[in-house]
Amino acid sequence: MSDSTATANGTLAEAHHEHPPYQRHHFETVSQQFDATNFAMWLFLLTEVMFFGGLFTAYLIMRNWYYPAFVEGSHQLSIFWGTANTTVLILSSFTMAMGVWSAQMKRKGMLLFFLGLTFVLGLVFLGIKSIEWHEKWEKSHVPGLRYSGQSFLNPASDPEVYAEYHDKPLAPDMASKTEQYFFLYFAMTGMHALHMVIGIGILGFMIIRAKAGAYTSGHYTFVENFGLYWHFVDIIWIFLFPLLYLISRY
Amino acid sequence: MNEHHGQNDQEHHIVSPFIYLAILLCLLAATGLTVWASYIDLGEWHIARGVTLFWNPVVALAIACTKMILVVLFFMHVKYSPKLTKLTVISGVFIFLGLISMTLADYMSRAWGRW
Amino acid sequence: MSAATIVSLPDQATARIPKMNFLSKENGLLSWLLTGDHKRIATLYLISITFFFFIGGALAGLIRLELLTPQSDLMAADTYNKVFSMHGLIMVFFFLVPSVPATIGNFVIPMMVGAKDLALPKINLLSWYLYIVAGGMMLYTMATGGVDTGWTFTTPLSTHYLNSNVISAGLAVFVAGFSSIFTGLNFIVTIHKMRCPGMTWFRLPLFVWSNYAASILMVLGTPVLAITLVLVVLERTVHIGVFDPAMGGDPLLFQHLFWFYSHPAVYIMILPGMGVISEVVSTFSRKRVFGYTAVAFSSVAIAVFGFFVWAHHMFIMGISNYAALVFSLLTMLVAVPSAIKIFNWAFTLYNGSITFETPMLYAFGFMGLFTIGGMTGVFLGATGTDIHLTETYFIVAHFHFVMVGGMLMAFLSGVHFWWPKWTGRMYPEKISQLAALITFIGFNFTFFPQFILGTLGMPRRYAAYPPEFQALNVFSSAGATILGVGYLLPILYLTWSLKYGEIAGENPWQATGLEWQTQSPPLTENFPEIPIMDHEAYDYEWLARQQQKEVASVG
Repeated sequence: MSDSTATANGTLAEAHHEHPPYQRHHFETVSQQFDATNFAMWLFLLTEVMFFGGLFTAYLIMRNWYYPAFVEGSHQLSIFWGTANTTVLILSSFTMAMGVWSAQMKRKGMLLFFLGLTFVLGLVFLGIKSIEWHEKWEKSHVPGLRYSGQSFLNPASDPEVYAEYHDKPLAPDMASKTEQYFFLYFAMTGMHALHMVIGIGILGFMIIRAKAGAYTSGHYTFVENFGLYWHFVDIIWIFLFPLLYLISRY
Repeated sequence: MNEHHGQNDQEHHIVSPFIYLAILLCLLAATGLTVWASYIDLGEWHIARGVTLFWNPVVALAIACTKMILVVLFFMHVKYSPKLTKLTVISGVFIFLGLISMTLADYMSRAWGRW
Repeated sequence: MSAATIVSLPDQATARIPKMNFLSKENGLLSWLLTGDHKRIATLYLISITFFFFIGGALAGLIRLELLTPQSDLMAADTYNKVFSMHGLIMVFFFLVPSVPATIGNFVIPMMVGAKDLALPKINLLSWYLYIVAGGMMLYTMATGGVDTGWTFTTPLSTHYLNSNVISAGLAVFVAGFSSIFTGLNFIVTIHKMRCPGMTWFRLPLFVWSNYAASILMVLGTPVLAITLVLVVLERTVHIGVFDPAMGGDPLLFQHLFWFYSHPAVYIMILPGMGVISEVVSTFSRKRVFGYTAVAFSSVAIAVFGFFVWAHHMFIMGISNYAALVFSLLTMLVAVPSAIKIFNWAFTLYNGSITFETPMLYAFGFMGLFTIGGMTGVFLGATGTDIHLTETYFIVAHFHFVMVGGMLMAFLSGVHFWWPKWTGRMYPEKISQLAALITFIGFNFTFFPQFILGTLGMPRRYAAYPPEFQALNVFSSAGATILGVGYLLPILYLTWSLKYGEIAGENPWQATGLEWQTQSPPLTENFPEIPIMDHEAYDYEWLARQQQKEVASVG
């Protein structure tokens, strides 16, 4: 196994050398430290996959049971904002990848630029998300807090959406299932947004550290691992977008 | 220590920004494609009585999976990572599909199910 | 008991506990609360899980006291519901899941692989704090009226019908789940990345293998429970049905998601225990574990199969017949790797120089009781018998044989086995052998009658039962008293031994693991310098040669 040889070689080589300041005492080499934390990050992402996995399973069952409600529910979402947000998030993934590259190349100015850009794009994403959520609130589509099935019992009462899709009225029991759709919509996008907020917080911390030159001296593990997290959050959105927005638009 | 000091730079493959840019363009194109495809009725396939496959969600998920693979391989450097990382990713996908497929297998094979 | 012993202690007149060790390195409360040392965190864990074990145990005592008589006279039926729910929640999430991994595993795994610490010491400490926060929330739940859903949070009971503290209990389990995720994550990284030179995968002690398998389950299974509990809490607060059929949800979906974690959780609980037994059986029969590779891979096989058997908890809940068939078959398959372990331990004993120190007595208890628990699991995995036996005392007896007869025995075996390494002192041998015996007898008295009660049809989770079941219930309650004594004794004599026990020296058991080749209690860095593994696991000849060399060099 490649990792066992890496560990063994690293251990034999060391012992009496001085360690760079960022090497924690219980690691034998910097490379061992990098491998270990990188692997730990991947394992953490596995737990995240399974965390969202439960939500995706629930979504799948509910969508199959209440397909008409899910279709009309998804018609309430704005393709424009959804696509815009997907683009923003993909761009931020790109700038994050470039941030890692700048750290690898030890270019502090570029690193700050790309981290800053990622930070801003993350905020833009949350901004657009809050516009969308606010619209749901206005239209009483927030399950549990403010909900009305009017748009689905009588689609003509919602002229904007009706003009585009000409949805047929749902039977009352199916119309009430649009609440399930919006519940899952808020649960999934909310959980995703929570991850974004945490990510943006860490980004802010990283920008401050990067200004002090912390990641451009060859030790960029933290940037690399955070990048993994950020890309993972992007991947979740890549799936949420077609599942929630693009159910049936024709 | 010197031969180890710059180890990270030597050991870890550095992906060229042009590859990142190419991946970015692919991802944006795929996003456009999936939005466009959602407006077209791609029809359905009657596999057997009561079992129908709708092409629209299949295409949407296929595009999403492609995007995921691009992000994982290049942005997350898995293509250039040790076997262990690849194995980790694969086991995550495997167990996630296990959860979904085994649960669905129950729902789909119920005599009384609403499926 | 046989007079033969392998214990070799240093000369008590001259022996001293080493001045520099992980316990004496720093003093003061803060040095413990902010520690990164895996051995100190393990100690914190040991104290905290013992605390929760005795709370859970007290609740078990109340249950058995209530069931002494057919009427519900000691407590009202809804109080009884709360008592058994809290018993289950505390025992499963606050004792069994962290028991061996977070205490013994935390303590020995870095030493076994020859590392200075776990890969992520701060995450390890965070894991303990999460455990304490979760424990606090659970105690809060209990103090403010408890929860009566059973430990399974069954919907729609938990989300629709009950007014007890489901939310705080659910969040407590949520937080405890992240505590065990971080422990598991840390172990996997450590085992992959922190092994010392020469420590190949097949030189690892089997304890490491089984904890590795359990860690995979923790990392991949627990988050599903976490999101499920989030959905339960949301369903209770905003009243949208994902699980509640009255609101358009699906209770079977909850069962699928819940058991996707909670069946693997059974293996999270038992696998590390099996690891302890491998170490103990080998050490006290002076033989390499028979079929090392098979035992190692059987742990991994249990982990992999364990993920695909969850629906056997749902046979009577209306899942499809075809799914039941497949899950039944997969359930039977898990019995194979479990049996591989039992047979290999038996073959390890064959022709070994067996001695009967306390850890070995507990290990024998484990093997017998786990075999019964496992075999009855096969009865329950068969769809036909399951319909008759599930939700009766048969199933209660089954999982207590596995969890208490199996895991708790393994835990006590491990605590006794590594106690000299942990504290530098021996526990008193005679009284602990007696305790092991009392535990075994008490256990059988408590839980064997429950198998009979179950086949006779006594349902679980009721405070009252028909009078004809009383005789067996009295048996069971009497046995529980004996069992209680068996669990109190170790607390007393182990505490006593902290000050008055004999000095253990480096390697009282003549065991081969790397953890025994360093001083006890170990240094904070475990080893004066990183060891190099130049022999196979359980190589007693290597150990003998090593000792000869030492004698020669001293001479």
